Amino acid sequence: MWVALSYACWGISIVLALWMLYDWFKIDTTYSEEMLTSSREGELEAVSEKHRI
Amino acid sequence: MTIAAEPAVQVQGDRVSLLRVLGPAHVWALGVGIVLVGEFTGWNFAADKGGALAALIVCWIVGLLYTSVAMIDSEVTSTVAAAGGQYAQAKHIVGPLMAFNVALFLVFAYTMLEVSDAILLGDTIVAKAGVEGLNHNSFIAATIVVLAWLNYRGVLMTLNVNFVITAIAYVSIVILFLSVSPWTQGAVLKLNELVTPGNALPYGWIGVIAAFQFGIWYYLGIEGTTQAAEEVRSPARSLPYGTMAGMITLLIAAAMTWYVCASLMPWEYLGITYYPLWDAGKLTGSALLENLLFIATLLAALASANGCINDAARAWFSLGRDRYLPTWFSAVHPKYRTPYRSILFLLPIALAFAFIADLNQAITFSILSGVLQYTFMSINIIMFRKKWPLGSIRRGYTHPFHPLPAIVLFCLCVVTFFAIFLGFGSQLIAMVAFYFLISLWFHFYRYKFVRRGAQFTMPWPKPQGY
Repeated sequence: MWVALSYACWGISIVLALWMLYDWFKIDTTYSEEMLTSSREGELEAVSEKHRI
Repeated sequence: MTIAAEPAVQVQGDRVSLLRVLGPAHVWALGVGIVLVGEFTGWNFAADKGGALAALIVCWIVGLLYTSVAMIDSEVTSTVAAAGGQYAQAKHIVGPLMAFNVALFLVFAYTMLEVSDAILLGDTIVAKAGVEGLNHNSFIAATIVVLAWLNYRGVLMTLNVNFVITAIAYVSIVILFLSVSPWTQGAVLKLNELVTPGNALPYGWIGVIAAFQFGIWYYLGIEGTTQAAEEVRSPARSLPYGTMAGMITLLIAAAMTWYVCASLMPWEYLGITYYPLWDAGKLTGSALLENLLFIATLLAALASANGCINDAARAWFSLGRDRYLPTWFSAVHPKYRTPYRSILFLLPIALAFAFIADLNQAITFSILSGVLQYTFMSINIIMFRKKWPLGSIRRGYTHPFHPLPAIVLFCLCVVTFFAIFLGFGSQLIAMVAFYFLISLWFHFYRYKFVRRGAQFTMPWPKPQGY
């Protein structure tokens, strides 16, 4: 059973790794680099909270 | 002071950012999830360094160190609510070079801890199986890849899973504690026979100092809660609440763990076993407890690795976003809202270390980076209070007795460095040399790519004296 579990672990790892690589390729070719890297630190804070003392 | 709250907006036009979906329970799950594995393995090596009583003394003293860490972190993070946690704090309060180093401390500490967790999980399964020729590599690969996939798919599910598996692992410690009649000595527990005046501190007080290195394992990683700052719905409330609740939880777990383990096995064995709680389950004679603690050991390792992937990726992502590293790393997945490139970049690195490094080396590098980070935090809070005194900016939490926690933290870090030097002096020197060289690279080469004004994002008034 343990040996079978070991092979299953290899299988799951390979499938999920390939899925992530596929999704990575799909996202990078679908969206522009400007959009993907458009996150800005503090942006949400500035939107959701007004800082007043 | 007024806070006008509006619904959080994640996508503005063509912009995409991390998703604000987490609450205090997720913060607790992140912090305690990363740490709890230390109760299942790691802390007990303190007994090898200084005996069972030394393991208890460092449990309390290092508990003081981490209580200071949690209080200081809660105050600063409730104010600097950005992914990257201590990195963002360092950037705003100390400066870019410190921030760059702190981010590397974070990435190393969490990646090496993830590696240690995966090795532990693989070794635990192999030990349980007892099948000749069964290798731990498949279990290590599955742990790292499946958890990276979970992190890739979204932070909410990642930390929901962490909450459930951390809670099960924690409850298993409580069940073990209650099952051994902790109120009665002699029935199951034999503390007065196993820890005697003659063997309590076999190497004297220097043994207690040496035990600090592994006492860190009781709580290592609780500061990781701050990495969720940009993804919690209310950072000023959730981060201090989740972090402090996590610290209280861990202090209770550490005390229960020591009491049960020190009362069931002699310090000579306790100090060398890789599975103190699982062994404690076996020693009760109950197959149910043995299996429960076996599963709990696996779940604790999974929860820790899961949280570490989350935190290391966010620190790496933040470096990219500020151009401290190529901006390529700062990409956010438009559907899952996760730093997917950072997660994928760190995945093969973790796998490589897990396949080639041994557990002791990985743990030591993780602890070293962690203690470097805590040393920074003690200096950071002094500068923070000096530059922005109470009343000058809004704080979600204000820690008491300042500067006492900072001084205690700094002193305990110095003692811990000495303890690490006693056991792993060459690794300590190598790591300090690495950070020194990488600092030169950053200062003379990389910093010219950084947009200097854009990196400071907090809407604060000018610091005092500037």
